[in-house]
Amino acid sequence: MASGIQIRQMTKRFGDLVAVNAVDLDIDDGEVLCLLGPSGCGKTTTLRMVAGLEDVSEGEICIDGNRVNDISTPERNVAMAFQFYALYPSITVAENLSYPLHAEQISRAEIKARIASVADKLDLTEVLNRYPSQLAEGEKQRVAVGRAIIRKPSCFLFDEPLSRLDIELRQQMRTKVKEVLAGLSKPTVIVTHDQIEALTMADRIAVMRDGKIEQVATPHDIFAAPSNTFVAGFIGTPGMNLIPSVIEGVSERGELKLNIDGQHVVVDVNAGAMNLPVGAKVTLGVRPRFFETVAESSETTLSGKVDIIEPMGAETLFHVLDGTRELRVVMDRTVRFKEGETIHLEFQPKLTHVFDAQGSLVQ
Amino acid sequence: MTTLNSNATEQQSPTFGFWVWLMAPERRGALLITPAIVLLFAMNILPLMWSFGLSFFRYRANRLNPPEFLGWDNMFRNYEKVTSSSAIWDSFQTTAIIVAGSVTLQVIIGFLLALMFAREFPFRKILLSMVLTPMMLSFVAVGVFFKFFYEPSFGLLSQAIRVFTGEPYILLGTKWGSIWGIIIADAWMWSPFVMLLVLAGLVSVPKYLYEAADIDRASWFRRFRTITFPYIKSLLLLAVLFRTIETFKLFDLVYIITEGGPGSATETLSVYVYRQGFQYFRTSDASALGYILLFVVIVLTNLYLYVVNRRSEEL
Repeated sequence: MASGIQIRQMTKRFGDLVAVNAVDLDIDDGEVLCLLGPSGCGKTTTLRMVAGLEDVSEGEICIDGNRVNDISTPERNVAMAFQFYALYPSITVAENLSYPLHAEQISRAEIKARIASVADKLDLTEVLNRYPSQLAEGEKQRVAVGRAIIRKPSCFLFDEPLSRLDIELRQQMRTKVKEVLAGLSKPTVIVTHDQIEALTMADRIAVMRDGKIEQVATPHDIFAAPSNTFVAGFIGTPGMNLIPSVIEGVSERGELKLNIDGQHVVVDVNAGAMNLPVGAKVTLGVRPRFFETVAESSETTLSGKVDIIEPMGAETLFHVLDGTRELRVVMDRTVRFKEGETIHLEFQPKLTHVFDAQGSLVQ
Repeated sequence: MTTLNSNATEQQSPTFGFWVWLMAPERRGALLITPAIVLLFAMNILPLMWSFGLSFFRYRANRLNPPEFLGWDNMFRNYEKVTSSSAIWDSFQTTAIIVAGSVTLQVIIGFLLALMFAREFPFRKILLSMVLTPMMLSFVAVGVFFKFFYEPSFGLLSQAIRVFTGEPYILLGTKWGSIWGIIIADAWMWSPFVMLLVLAGLVSVPKYLYEAADIDRASWFRRFRTITFPYIKSLLLLAVLFRTIETFKLFDLVYIITEGGPGSATETLSVYVYRQGFQYFRTSDASALGYILLFVVIVLTNLYLYVVNRRSEEL
């Protein structure tokens, strides 16, 4: 029997609007998958369909090898933490935590033991007798997570679990949640719009846009080899520089000759790009941290004027104007440039991506 | 500010000093509500105090003798007299039975209606406005309507029962039949009110709580107890208190449907007081009785206000 969650060609329509468009996903037991995307991209709808809170228009969902399309939410036996926590206001934290356990035929002693263990894991022992209205935001969020992990369900679903916390609390919780998630032996799906959250907590990330999955990969791969310009621009802060350019040929050393806004630059890129015809329009993707500055302009450098300087602590962000385009360049804080100064940027070898006219990565 | 005032003093002529004082902007608000206050005092407060005074006098409104004070020694004689008569305790019992029966029925029916209307279904809005109609009718209309409904020779109820038994059915002929007749009429009229309040509570329950309960596989009963009921309980309590106060004072329906009969079987306190005051013209007794009733209602009303305040603190 297959285990985990399999989603095949799952589609959701609200009238004419296609909220989720033919999504395919596999999540294995013990794996944490993050659905990442801008708001309104269909990630929450996807999660709600897995939970059975929304009907599936087309396609199918299997949990533990069983097709669950026509199975009601309670029978799917999924655990879920809601974005707005959805704590029951009339009962205490302890009762909230044990709420899902009443459906399982387990003894009072076992219920007590499980409450104690979850409360211990999530630092909730002190507040077990309080009501949700008496809790701080971070405590509410932990109760919501606790109510999910107290069970032995077929899968765990988290909808924007950290979105309502302030930045400091979010960092603490991220670590806490990651710790908790590591102990789970069932598939876990987390919905988030925060890439840091996805990159830190997920085993794999599925980036969504307009109801479609753009790429599914490990946090490392999705950062290092984004499959298209959307993923490339979405992941990483500051965002990747996407520079339109035209191919002018291949140099003797097997490097790509490009025309970037009138400047002729030779760039060391992936071998696949060499097969593109001369004159093809491509997009060059360079992360802000993958530039080097050199003193002299040469055939491997792109020159530009420093426009705005934003110190970020350990690093400094320079907005560099090359003609009309703005490039984001991040340098160590010890690198000092003045506004208006012309600098020469060199692309670090193999860390520059080429996307074709359709925006897909050229391998 | 001072210059403005001194200017005004210079301009005013001594003849119109009072007029100017009266028309000053800071007195305008008080001036505007004075007519209403005077009217309220003349029509409401004065008679109220007058009747309160009468409850310590010997007086019959159909005689020419002026009211005669009972004396400081036995000024509470009227109160003692009315509370020691067995008729009033019978009447109190009747009222209690009608209140208990009617309010219970209203809560059950109102609650079920609210559960029904909390969901979407075809023609919901039209049906909802139809269900709300009884509440908007006047007591007299509802009273006459039920009087004809229960009428033995051509009333709908009697005719329907005649189909099975072959004999006309006289609901209002017996004590319990009459009590039921009044309870049903009152409940018919006021169940929509309970429904409205409960419905307001039901729609205030956030939908995600039910979704969470779905996820947590909660039973129907647990869901009701931990999610639905906490949201409607204070409104339900309000409905019960409000309906208890109102039904306690019930007069119109009883007077029109049974006139307190048969005998004095459905004589509620209000009907009893009315009869004492306007049929037997025991004016001072009726006043005393009226104030005993008022006291009970004030206690209930304070309970009601307490609940209202507590709910507004909760939200």
